[in-house]
Amino acid sequence: MKKKVLLMGKSGSGKTSMRSIIFANYIARDTRRLGATIDVEHSHVRFLGNLVLNLWDCGGQEAFMENYFASQRDNIFRNVEVLIYVFDVESRELEKDMHYYQSCLEAILQNSPQAKVFCLVHKMDLVQDDQRELIIQEREDDLKRLSKPLDCTCFATSIWDETLYKAWSSIVYQLIPNVKQLETTLAHFTDIIDADEVLLFEKATFLVISHCERKPHKDVHRFEKISNIIKQFKLSCSKLAAAFQSMEVRNTNFAAFIDVFTPNTYVMVVVSDPAIPSAATLINIKNARKHFEKLEKVDGGHPALTS
Amino acid sequence: MAYNSDNDIAGQYSVSFPQGFDYGPEEGEGDPAGGAQDQKPKILVMGLRRSGKTSIQKVVFHKVSPNETLFLESTNKIVKEDVTNCQFFVYHVWDLPAHLDYFDSTFDPELIFGGCGALIFVIDSQDDYMDALSKLHFVVTRVYKMNPKIKFEVFIHKVDGLSDDHKIDAQRDINQRATEDLADAGLDNVHLSFYLTSIYDHSIFEAFSKVVQKLIPQLPTLENLLDIFISNSGIEKAFLFDVVSKIYIATDSSPVDMQSYELCCDMIDVVLDVSSIYGGFDSEPPVYEPRHNRISPLSFDSDSDSDDGEIIPERVNPADSNQRLAVIKLNNGTVMYLREVTKQNCWRLSVY
Repeated sequence: MKKKVLLMGKSGSGKTSMRSIIFANYIARDTRRLGATIDVEHSHVRFLGNLVLNLWDCGGQEAFMENYFASQRDNIFRNVEVLIYVFDVESRELEKDMHYYQSCLEAILQNSPQAKVFCLVHKMDLVQDDQRELIIQEREDDLKRLSKPLDCTCFATSIWDETLYKAWSSIVYQLIPNVKQLETTLAHFTDIIDADEVLLFEKATFLVISHCERKPHKDVHRFEKISNIIKQFKLSCSKLAAAFQSMEVRNTNFAAFIDVFTPNTYVMVVVSDPAIPSAATLINIKNARKHFEKLEKVDGGHPALTS
Repeated sequence: MAYNSDNDIAGQYSVSFPQGFDYGPEEGEGDPAGGAQDQKPKILVMGLRRSGKTSIQKVVFHKVSPNETLFLESTNKIVKEDVTNCQFFVYHVWDLPAHLDYFDSTFDPELIFGGCGALIFVIDSQDDYMDALSKLHFVVTRVYKMNPKIKFEVFIHKVDGLSDDHKIDAQRDINQRATEDLADAGLDNVHLSFYLTSIYDHSIFEAFSKVVQKLIPQLPTLENLLDIFISNSGIEKAFLFDVVSKIYIATDSSPVDMQSYELCCDMIDVVLDVSSIYGGFDSEPPVYEPRHNRISPLSFDSDSDSDDGEIIPERVNPADSNQRLAVIKLNNGTVMYLREVTKQNCWRLSVY
């Protein structure tokens, strides 16, 4: 099942950098080496096995932009599932950015009115800590107003911290076909094994695709933090030509397990009951595998219907 | 008395260690844990302005990401900062603005250099290092007079910006010039050690580990213990880590493979990060400080032979430390195992 994702925004706003980090295992520092994107770069990313994200990374130089809205209009804006528009928070030409954004929305409205729109206010690391909240609030209000009649979801992002994972996790969540079913099953699983929390990660990107929380946790950013932490560690492992397989961390308060789950996912289980031994949780994870594999197969049976 | 509580904690490890302790670790363990604070080796860091001293300190001891150090303000007064949350040494950073004479009486150099185990001099390799070399010479000649036992360690820093050839050239050049300068001054017997370091990789941790190891009197004992441990358990490599700084205090006698050391550092990061999210108050890194503070009264205790009462807070949760462990498996059969040994540092073992 192919889903078309448009990545737009002005030149140098960070589109290719974020794509490389999320899907091509770049570390943030290496994105400096990336050059400007010329015209449109297509990439096909296999996500969760049989979902293919067809990423259109659209170079943002003005000449290209004009071209997208004129001669390539139909080609670019047809059949779009998701539009991701990236704003450089430090941009001096806010007016112009907004103008292009609105042209973009107009084209989307004509060609793919069902598309979901995400706005990423990027390079937030360049803004001082105490200013961030204020700025993102301001931008979000503006963007929501300008986006009408379409609806947009805003995220403040930076390649230097976990905010990027948060945004992309929400984006791909929209694209997973049987996500509700997956969530119900996960909730059921969490109940059965008496866990505080269970997270499901996509294997290649380590984005959280589903989660179930039974015990409230104060840190609302923890999912993307875990994505970020493990992704970094996976990269360190790859230097030794090895791949990360599983992990267990425990102290008196908790035990956390991360393990390969289905062929396309990793699972993380957090347990706080000290009476539950590690082995029990590991067996529970093992036993749950086949149920989740079945879910993925069902999901694989559908592409004929949608394409 | 200090041993009392040590035994108590050690007893919790009887799974992996016989309670008998044939090799008599009580002195070995009692000393670092209970030794008086002023016995810890002191490490002093000096170097010209903007050479990277504060960045090193932030990255190694405060877990600041290397990128963020770009924004650090220049330290423009004489700053003495102490890092005391490590069990094995005290770390002082002392910034050296170029125009001041630190050896004048107001600074009491005797006090500063006298009890110092090692002096790290940081040289910015991306800059013209002639000024730094003359400063180094100046410092070494004076400090050596005051404290001939001090170890001089030179960090040729910021080498991430240099090509491999360039790095080696810089090291050779600096080494040669510094040593010749000293020889000219008649100080042939002063030994300088040189390290190529960068905060963007693990070289800074590696260099620190080497520096710290020279200062630990128990090192041979610790190494021996680790040797015994791995030969009896089928483990390939064991490190004794200070988890706060990711410096390894000791390792067994087999050669250290840089890559596996780096992976261990990364593992410690992962474990600390995950525990700080899910472990509640128990495992956040800042917790190490209060714990450390609890150790210091203990040491006075053992010195002055006062009563047992003082030790009780130290025993609050020995079982808790027993449970703090982490295992990471890789697909090539490597298993990394991290577990808390004393309150402060961890063993990491990798089995292939």
